[in-house]
Amino acid sequence: MIEASGLSKRYGRTVAVDGLSFEVHPGQVTGFLGPNGSGKSTTMRMIMGLDAPDAGGVTVNGRPYAELGWPLREVGALLEAKAFHPGRTAANHLWALAQTNDIPRSRVDEVLDVVGMGQVANRRAGTFSMGMGQRLGIAAALLGDPGVLLFDEPVNGLDPDGILWVRNLFKSLAAEGRTIFVSSHLMSEMALTADHVVVIGRGRLIAEAPMAEFVAHSSKRYVRVRSPELAELGRLLTAAGASVAAEDDGALAVRGLVEAEIGALAARSQLELHELSPQSASLEEAYMELTAEAVEYEGIGTAVASNGSETDAGQLVLAGK
Amino acid sequence: MLATTTGTATGAEIVGTGRYRAAGVMRSEWTKLRSVRSSTWTIAALVGLTVLIGSLICVSEASNWASLSRVQRAIFDPTNVSLDGLLFGQLAVGVLGVMVMSSEYGTGLIRATSAAVPNRRLVLGAKAAVLGTVVLVVGEIVSFASFFLGQAILSGSATSVGISAPGVLQAVTFGGLYLTVLALFGLGLGVIVRHTAGAITIFVSVVLIVPEIVRLLPASISDAVGKFLPANIGTTLTSVHHLPNELSPWVGFAVLCAYAATALAVGGWLIVRRDA
Repeated sequence: MIEASGLSKRYGRTVAVDGLSFEVHPGQVTGFLGPNGSGKSTTMRMIMGLDAPDAGGVTVNGRPYAELGWPLREVGALLEAKAFHPGRTAANHLWALAQTNDIPRSRVDEVLDVVGMGQVANRRAGTFSMGMGQRLGIAAALLGDPGVLLFDEPVNGLDPDGILWVRNLFKSLAAEGRTIFVSSHLMSEMALTADHVVVIGRGRLIAEAPMAEFVAHSSKRYVRVRSPELAELGRLLTAAGASVAAEDDGALAVRGLVEAEIGALAARSQLELHELSPQSASLEEAYMELTAEAVEYEGIGTAVASNGSETDAGQLVLAGK
Repeated sequence: MLATTTGTATGAEIVGTGRYRAAGVMRSEWTKLRSVRSSTWTIAALVGLTVLIGSLICVSEASNWASLSRVQRAIFDPTNVSLDGLLFGQLAVGVLGVMVMSSEYGTGLIRATSAAVPNRRLVLGAKAAVLGTVVLVVGEIVSFASFFLGQAILSGSATSVGISAPGVLQAVTFGGLYLTVLALFGLGLGVIVRHTAGAITIFVSVVLIVPEIVRLLPASISDAVGKFLPANIGTTLTSVHHLPNELSPWVGFAVLCAYAATALAVGGWLIVRRDA
């Protein structure tokens, strides 16, 4: 369980994180989404007590990170690809970390096997590829068998096999009841892994919702209509208040009316329909729409409303609406 | 299913009570120190080159002995001459001290370290304890080895002293202590500056360059300031014959400790204020 409330951080005159509030719950993978530079890494560093917030606070299992008795046994984190000395072997790197939290030596070999690095345990970390470095970072995160795990852009540098492995790892960790918080700027990646999303833009909360709800609530939802009498149908729909756009293959994309209303309208005018299908936006589209909005609001100097403290974890909150 | 767990899943039950302690952090720092080549090589260079350079200087002094005047022979300090290799040793321990901290910042390891031990002053303290102990042990070995080897060389044609002669044991012991305190001074600079090259530059400037600049100043100034510089204190500590315009060895050692203590105190103040 991670709870952030009013979290803010500025570097000089640049505001990195601005009044951010959200919760990350156990038993699911929570995606932390935002464009590059939106404040994801800064937020994760504040959760870990590495950066001090200028305002607000964040707790892990109800306590600020600095107050955890055995930090590595409660929280594991992969914050950047290369948080190790290139001259130290993988096993010695992990052993040095393990000793601080009284974690037994046997656990070092265990996590190296989990990430598939048992064979290179005694190789110097500087010789590792980006993907192997990432695996070593994941091994370090798992070292204390923690209930809360943070991963900042974990798929960077991983090959397709590695990406698949990491996805399954996150899902199995969540299934064991752990709290998994994964940041990414890649929508497609999150669509496959996350059960819940926290979306930020320019350091502010844009949305916090279950993944399905996040996609469903997008204004990109529309109904695809095909008919031999498209021109007539288009006029009727526009008159009824819908917005209508022609798609490349001759279908009509209708927004503002649901499929039942469109069907009733067509029946009343005795127009023939060949297709009437609801289309949900992809996560990618929902995200682009939201983050573009955040940038746009920022551009005209208006604050993007994100009263995070009042948000209900299960409820979709859209900024500026 | 991947075998990720050793205990229960949610974490709450396996955490248990208790808290990370200094002993574990020091064990971790010992593992870090001995598991990178840069520190093991620096220590090897400290031992090898310090003793070698001291011996070579003794060979040179021994061959010059015949040409020295009576006054020169009277002020000749065999103890100090045999410890001249410490001029190199002081650079090696400075580099070692700086890198113990700056390498963490340079590699990003500091993030992993701070996540494992949120109390950053405890980390700094553990580093100081481990570094100080290692350099004290190695430094005393180097100092005594240099002394005995040097005296063996000098005794052939020049004059030599025994370890039991007045002031000799203290001077040789101070050789190891001098290296220890300088290593801690380097550690303090490493915390403050956070960059290896920058911190080493400052260290070398303070130890080697500032004394040369001070020497060029008018005598009234250089006499007043010079005796407080680390390298000159080092000469005082490792000498048996003392000049009138020197600090006494124990006062000099206290001043030297003040350098390290100040650097570590400033570092300890900064380390909790800056983001890791």
